[in-house]
Amino acid sequence: MATLTYQAPATVQDAVRILAGAAGLAKPLSGGTDLLVQLRSGRLKPELIVDTKKIPGMIGIREVDGGFVIGAATPGAVIGEHAALEKAWPGVVEAANLIGSTQVQGRASLAGNLCNASPAADSVPALIAAKATVVIVGPKGRREAPVESICTGPGRTSLARDEIITEFHLPKRPPRSGDAYLRFIPRTEMDIAVVGAGVNVTLDANGVCREARVALGAVAPTALLVPEAAAALIGHKLDQATLDALDAAARKACKPIDDKRGTIDYRIKVAGVLARRAAAIAFERAGAHR
Amino acid sequence: MSRTHVSTVINGEQTDFLCEPQQTLLDVLRDELNLTGSKEGCGSGDCGACSVILDGRLVCSCLMLAVEAEGHSIQTIEGLATGSKLHPVQQKFLEHAALQCGFCTPGLLVAAKALLDRNLNPTETEIRYWIAGNLCRCTGYDKVVRAIQDAAAEMRAEKRA
Amino acid sequence: MTFIEKKSGLKVVGTRPIRPDGVEKVTGRAAFGADMSMPGMVFGKVKRSPHAHAKILSIKTEKAQALKGVLAVATAEDFPNIPSEEAFMGEGPMNFRDLSRNCMARGKALYDGHAVAAVAATTEAIANAALDLIEVEYQVLPHVIDVEAAMAPDAPLLHDDLFTQGVEPKPTKPSNVAKRVHFELGDVKAGFREAEVVVEGTYATAPVHQAYIEPHACIANWNADGQSHVWTSSQGQFMVRAYCAKLLGMPIANLRVTPAEIGGGFGGKTLVYLEPVALVLSRKSGRPVKMVMSREEVFRGTGPTSGATVWVKLGARKDGRITAAETVLKYQAGAFPGSPIGPGCMTGFAMYDLKNVDITGYDVVSNRPKVAAYRAPGAPIASFAVESAMDELARKLGMDPIALREKNAAKDGTKAAYGPTFKDIGYVETLEAAKTHPHYKTKLGPNQGRGVASGFWFNIGGESSAAVHVAEDGTVAVVSSNPDIGGSRASMAMMAAEVLGIPVERCRPVVADTSSIGYSFMTGGSRVTFATGMATVQAAENVVEQLKKRAAMIWEISPDAVEWKDGKAYPAGPNAGNFEPLSLEAIAAKSGKTGGPIGHEISINAQGAGPGFGTHICDVEVDKETGHVTILRYTAVQDVGRAIHPSYVEGQIQGGVAQGVGWALNEEYVYDSKGRLENPGFLDYRVPVASDLPMIEAVMVEVPNPRHPFGARGVGEVPIVPPMAAVANAIRDAIGVRMMSLPMSPPKLRAAIDKAK
Repeated sequence: MATLTYQAPATVQDAVRILAGAAGLAKPLSGGTDLLVQLRSGRLKPELIVDTKKIPGMIGIREVDGGFVIGAATPGAVIGEHAALEKAWPGVVEAANLIGSTQVQGRASLAGNLCNASPAADSVPALIAAKATVVIVGPKGRREAPVESICTGPGRTSLARDEIITEFHLPKRPPRSGDAYLRFIPRTEMDIAVVGAGVNVTLDANGVCREARVALGAVAPTALLVPEAAAALIGHKLDQATLDALDAAARKACKPIDDKRGTIDYRIKVAGVLARRAAAIAFERAGAHR
Repeated sequence: MSRTHVSTVINGEQTDFLCEPQQTLLDVLRDELNLTGSKEGCGSGDCGACSVILDGRLVCSCLMLAVEAEGHSIQTIEGLATGSKLHPVQQKFLEHAALQCGFCTPGLLVAAKALLDRNLNPTETEIRYWIAGNLCRCTGYDKVVRAIQDAAAEMRAEKRA
Repeated sequence: MTFIEKKSGLKVVGTRPIRPDGVEKVTGRAAFGADMSMPGMVFGKVKRSPHAHAKILSIKTEKAQALKGVLAVATAEDFPNIPSEEAFMGEGPMNFRDLSRNCMARGKALYDGHAVAAVAATTEAIANAALDLIEVEYQVLPHVIDVEAAMAPDAPLLHDDLFTQGVEPKPTKPSNVAKRVHFELGDVKAGFREAEVVVEGTYATAPVHQAYIEPHACIANWNADGQSHVWTSSQGQFMVRAYCAKLLGMPIANLRVTPAEIGGGFGGKTLVYLEPVALVLSRKSGRPVKMVMSREEVFRGTGPTSGATVWVKLGARKDGRITAAETVLKYQAGAFPGSPIGPGCMTGFAMYDLKNVDITGYDVVSNRPKVAAYRAPGAPIASFAVESAMDELARKLGMDPIALREKNAAKDGTKAAYGPTFKDIGYVETLEAAKTHPHYKTKLGPNQGRGVASGFWFNIGGESSAAVHVAEDGTVAVVSSNPDIGGSRASMAMMAAEVLGIPVERCRPVVADTSSIGYSFMTGGSRVTFATGMATVQAAENVVEQLKKRAAMIWEISPDAVEWKDGKAYPAGPNAGNFEPLSLEAIAAKSGKTGGPIGHEISINAQGAGPGFGTHICDVEVDKETGHVTILRYTAVQDVGRAIHPSYVEGQIQGGVAQGVGWALNEEYVYDSKGRLENPGFLDYRVPVASDLPMIEAVMVEVPNPRHPFGARGVGEVPIVPPMAAVANAIRDAIGVRMMSLPMSPPKLRAAIDKAK
């Protein structure tokens, strides 16, 4: 029987040191809502679990220079209750709050959702669209990286085995900005996303899009930043022609698979649908009709 | 395999236990502490039958290692009633026949209590989405939702009084 | 919300008291299968085949047995090898040879999840580790799952000794087709010639699981002299006793089975899986053995219901009168014969008065878990096809769907296609109530539609026992022989209280073990309120006679001169004597002096169960771009005979509807190319969650069943029969697309919408 040990270090340096020195497989633990399922099913057989929740700063949300710093192990429920964050980044918050049930929301974290690296993770497309970055701490110190650089394939990240994510950073918002995240699931709750779409836009005073980022989830081995979809929005209002162009660009970018949650054809079509609908909400939030 | 000593407060009582790292909080509640009111329906956080309240937050106890409970406060179904006085949501479940086999009931009651602790005026939609993580196969949820609405009404009235 | 026709001066029956076992359930104190422990208990786990179809060449258990903490290992060698001649023992249809092989594979693994060995160890972790040390050598064979594929002449065969029954000449080659059944009435060929409009279609359904939230769990204790005790979550303690005794070759009296509270069954717990294995492990280890299935084991190793294909053809005159109905149903049985093909054949057309009917059914084995009963077994599948075809027929005729059903409705005196002549049924009443319900007139918006469907279930009676005992203080114990899966023990107490004329709180029910009450057939077939209720009433009536006799003794008059009213004995008339009435308490207090304890136990074989009918209306909205279906409104009308406890009758209706909606929209088994189950969990086996459903309007129509003392008829199974067609018909109404295969999941809907463009 593999022996499992558990440690809950009090500082990030201790956590890095423990991970670096681990003989066998060592997994960081924040919310645990993916890790425990994988432990139970035998999909993962770690020898060491390093609980990050006692490290200062891992749980909590701060406003810094107009942007936000979110502790990597902050539960989704806490994210959802932060009024200022919700006002500035409704798309990121609604994406984070779509992860699992109310019970899962009581524990699930952005770091876990990202580092579990499921192609269908709900928070990731919204974070990518928001141009969010993560702070990574390892033996060589601290570095910052865009969210979209972390997942390299299903279940795989670019992190070294002795690195952990400590913070998520959201930049300061220009005025007339809005973001939105939509996902498609067969029921109304409790399903893994069949398709996810995050759209983030900044408009000018005439309602014309000046900046945009569009990201899709569950349609490729990792969440996709789709520059062509953003290009379809930039310089335009959200009229029918723009919507059609956005739909086509989203569909073209998809590289989905057939699995028990959806077919290739279906995912491609719905990616276009959700991109359109998320864009409509993002534009509305950015004040398109003010 | 060495066991860890964990110190918690469960249903208001200081509770210490020994556990192995891979034991979940649900395993410990049921197998070490004889608190069998929380149920295992799936072991993977998809059914909510194991729901408990951790420091005021609704969580699945099957998705937490027992060692993570160190220093925290937990409320289980066994702590919902005060002595022999049922919590309004328990009473309303009985009056509305909001249970049939009763297996999902502890988890649902804990979830309902967590909702009413933060929102005494939930809409039907808010209730349904809040308890979406609690699967029930017997009732079709109709009487469950009505019971929670009625409990909310009673608790609002008590608060005004 | 409810529509109860008659209230005839009853004081308890028809009211809504709080169920007597309720407080235990809402405080978490009620003991379900996994909640108990026995001193010295150890833990059992099952090793399961990862192959859909394989010969078991060898099983080596030495390494597992050598692991510290392992106390016993079991395989098929530890079970008697039941010969074919003894496969059917007793009066039921269960094939015990097959059941034994299902509980523990012998020679062949027939599905992914099939039990091949088991261990008992001092901890669950050691038991799980021991499973990995058991070495099973398999010779993997080609597998087959889909029912049509399993019927093909070159399909891989599961059993080389299975020859199709019901075909002439008798086949000489084995087949996966276990049985062909056929029912016929009149002359369908002539009927179709007479028809002015014909509809025809082939419908398909996927296998679905009962998905009770409580996994199977039991503790078995085999004492050194062979006397044993099993604590188990089950729908029938006597069934567990009988099946275990037969599977293990032990005298029935040596086995006592205590029913735990049961966390859902819906038919899925009407047979045994763990109990015989736990008994064998207990016998070998000398310790009580606790076994609890994981959710994954429940999906991989226990019986769902069939997947099926159903071809239906209906012919009618322009006035709507059906002149011919023909159907061919092919049901998966899973690894061993025994799909509900019979009931499927019998129920599809049962709502209608048909002169020319031809029904053919096939029971087909395939490499999936052995099918178990699921709430009205066979009927929802057949009705999905028939009620969809009826909807097509109504459209072709330009008739309202309820009007078409009224035109052909079975009534008192209608001879059903499957044999009996109906008496005292309420189908027409459900159509009337549906038609006049405000739901039917509610306006619909864009992409919204309305569907109507009907359903039928026989309901059964059968053997039941009950006892009523008066305590020294005049309170009463009502002892029931049936596990309570839906609130039935409350109804038993209510019926006894009604007969005795006392408040229901003074009448406390208990569900007894096999040594403490007489035999009862299991909880299922919607029979408990009817049959065990009938036994309870008869026992209570006997107690009333005893109470009258004791009063007569006290008054020194003839028992004929005593009457019983409102819980008291009265002199029957002025000539009987001028005595103050004697309450139950007063008589009980003197029982020792008047002859001893007052009580009665009775065992009956209840006859005259009334069939049930339902008519449902479903409104949906379809998102045409994603294929997502939202249930907007749902009204389920059902003839319930008499609602003993209306809240629990409504609950049965609402729960059945919810399961039917899940079956319609999202539930299915997904297999990979190797025949392994890809979704053995609640994440990807998608049962409805609270946000998927609206309030479910349950309308109870009471057409009493005169053969039950209070008019009750079974209610639990009818409500799952109409929903799949009701939803499909609503989708058709909303977007003009007829979905003919279940589940009607979003990808399939979107594909159908695109195809229709």
